[in-house]
Amino acid sequence: MLPELGTFLRFQAQRHLQAALRRPGDIVGPLIFFLMVVTLFPLGLGPDPAVLAALSPGILWVVALLSSLVVSGRLFQSDYEDGTLEQLALSPHPLALSAMVEVFCHWLLSGMSLALVSPVFAGLLNMPTQAMPVLMSSLALGTLCLSLIGAVAASLTVALRRGGVLLSLLSIPLTVPVLIFGTAAVREAALGYDPTSWLALLGALAAGGCVLAPFAIAAGLRISLEA
Amino acid sequence: MPADLLKLESVDLDRGVRRLLSGVSFVVREGDCWQMLGSNGSGKTSLMRAIAGLTRLGLQGDRVCTESVIYQGHLPGLKSLLSCRENLRWHGSGRVTDDFQKIDVALARVGLQGYEETEICQLSAGQQRRVGLARLWLSEAQLWLLDEPFTAIDVDGTAMLEAQIQRHCEAGGAVVFTSHQPTRMAALKMLDLNQYAA
Amino acid sequence: MWSIVHKMGSPPWFYRFANRAIAWLLPIVLLALVVGSIWGLLIAPPDYRQGNSYRIIFIHVPAAVVALAGYYVMATAGLMSLVWKIKMADTAMRALAPVGAALTFIALVTGSIWGKPTWGAWWVWDARITSMLILFFLYLGVMALSEAFDNKAAAAKACAVLSLVGTVNIPIIYKSVDWWYSLHQPASIKFTGESAIDTSMLYPLLLMILAFYGLFALSVLLRMRTELLLTYRQSAWLNAEVS
Repeated sequence: MLPELGTFLRFQAQRHLQAALRRPGDIVGPLIFFLMVVTLFPLGLGPDPAVLAALSPGILWVVALLSSLVVSGRLFQSDYEDGTLEQLALSPHPLALSAMVEVFCHWLLSGMSLALVSPVFAGLLNMPTQAMPVLMSSLALGTLCLSLIGAVAASLTVALRRGGVLLSLLSIPLTVPVLIFGTAAVREAALGYDPTSWLALLGALAAGGCVLAPFAIAAGLRISLEA
Repeated sequence: MPADLLKLESVDLDRGVRRLLSGVSFVVREGDCWQMLGSNGSGKTSLMRAIAGLTRLGLQGDRVCTESVIYQGHLPGLKSLLSCRENLRWHGSGRVTDDFQKIDVALARVGLQGYEETEICQLSAGQQRRVGLARLWLSEAQLWLLDEPFTAIDVDGTAMLEAQIQRHCEAGGAVVFTSHQPTRMAALKMLDLNQYAA
Repeated sequence: MWSIVHKMGSPPWFYRFANRAIAWLLPIVLLALVVGSIWGLLIAPPDYRQGNSYRIIFIHVPAAVVALAGYYVMATAGLMSLVWKIKMADTAMRALAPVGAALTFIALVTGSIWGKPTWGAWWVWDARITSMLILFFLYLGVMALSEAFDNKAAAAKACAVLSLVGTVNIPIIYKSVDWWYSLHQPASIKFTGESAIDTSMLYPLLLMILAFYGLFALSVLLRMRTELLLTYRQSAWLNAEVS
């Protein structure tokens, strides 16, 4: 059973990544969205570099949260629409694991790519350079949490015609701790303090999420198949 | 005596708070071929999904079903951005295969030779159904659950599928399918859902 | 134990139970609310710092306490619906969410009214009131999800999963909002903290909290009974029961 499970999960991962790489616009799109929303802030708040630098941790994290919500809507959607989800649910392999593979692939392509390019956006907002590594690592950990939360919400709303707004309604209250820990880490780093404890909290959230979320996601997907 | 592959004993089926069917009992044995009949809204698809184990909420009563089962519903279960060959590597009923030769043979059998590398989104609806049929060739499952398998398939394809179903039953498998059209298959058993309407 | 759980799952039994419980609860809850309000609003002594404006706690605190407890009750109903597939647990969840949301809303509005004389602003991003606002969002999410499904059985299961996820998250949200508040440390008057509450204020407050629990149970039972009447309006047992 176990070696076969490995092959199965590897195949699922390969399938997701392959399909995603054949449509690279879906990966680049959210990054451009991020860039555009970040541009709106200086336009709304004024170009004062000091003000922007002070607000930059909060701005970047809120925008990251928004763009994560936007892309979460796509999780499981194509699988639901083309019937792959039915086959995954009937497969002898646990649905929780195949769903987690999808969430991880989704995170690699959305959250990780966002974390990697985030210093560019931070530079636009005049964030102090010493905070950039913390920004990247907090986004990497935090977007994993956001992907898990988004996946729980997506699993419950994937069968609904107007699931997009609902997905945000369900996710936003749950994302509050992630936002708080993430901005706190970056803010502390920008002020020259030690952000380790905040990063550790984010890591704890991500680890806890990886353990508990799969059950909720699998249950949500099975309910969506009933609808 | 052939073994039971599927057994429903006075099963009730609800959809939401509405009762669709009550007291459905039937047994599918090795070699059986069942056609499920019923007017629109009589619960054919719902019962099929419940039999397959996709829905559990509305089902009350005893359902015993073999593990070795393949379900093909209204949705093809194919990834539109992947090729036919890549898609056929895996299906819900079985394990991941690397045997591309076998996949190509199955594709040829359903008349899709030369389409191995074509992405699913380039195929017509009928061709996509045929890829789904190729799955039946590849599957080792004993019980086939096919929901409206004849939709969007031309005359040739229909004859081919009918032959495929008969061969599977003769080899000791079993098939349950839904369809409105009469078929030319011999030894067919009918399950009329209208008589179980609640 | 199991027979009780199974009995509770049957709509006819529950309908009769709800009728009896409502008949008992209604006078008790009304009495407790009237006595508690008069005691708290008129008889209890004024606060030495806040004067009479503190009296809003006799509404605010019970509403907030019961609203938070209500979420856990809802999640428990969700667990019962998922694990034991009890039909009435589905109905209970649907009935609970709007009542909990209404209580949270009352807590938010009274909190904001209390904030005006205390802090000089209608809304202050204080840790407790912010957590309350997020609890309100959690309730709204459950209500929106339950509306969105056409299949009622699926809707109840979806809400059950969501409320269980929320239950795991609520302590984390409360703690994180706490830390967030202390991190930003605004210069505010701290008055909800240490000063021990005098018994002359505590007893009416406790009575009001109990009254609100009763009010909560009463509203939920009333909503559940209404839903039973709607769902089973064509079935024989209900018509026999009503006539």
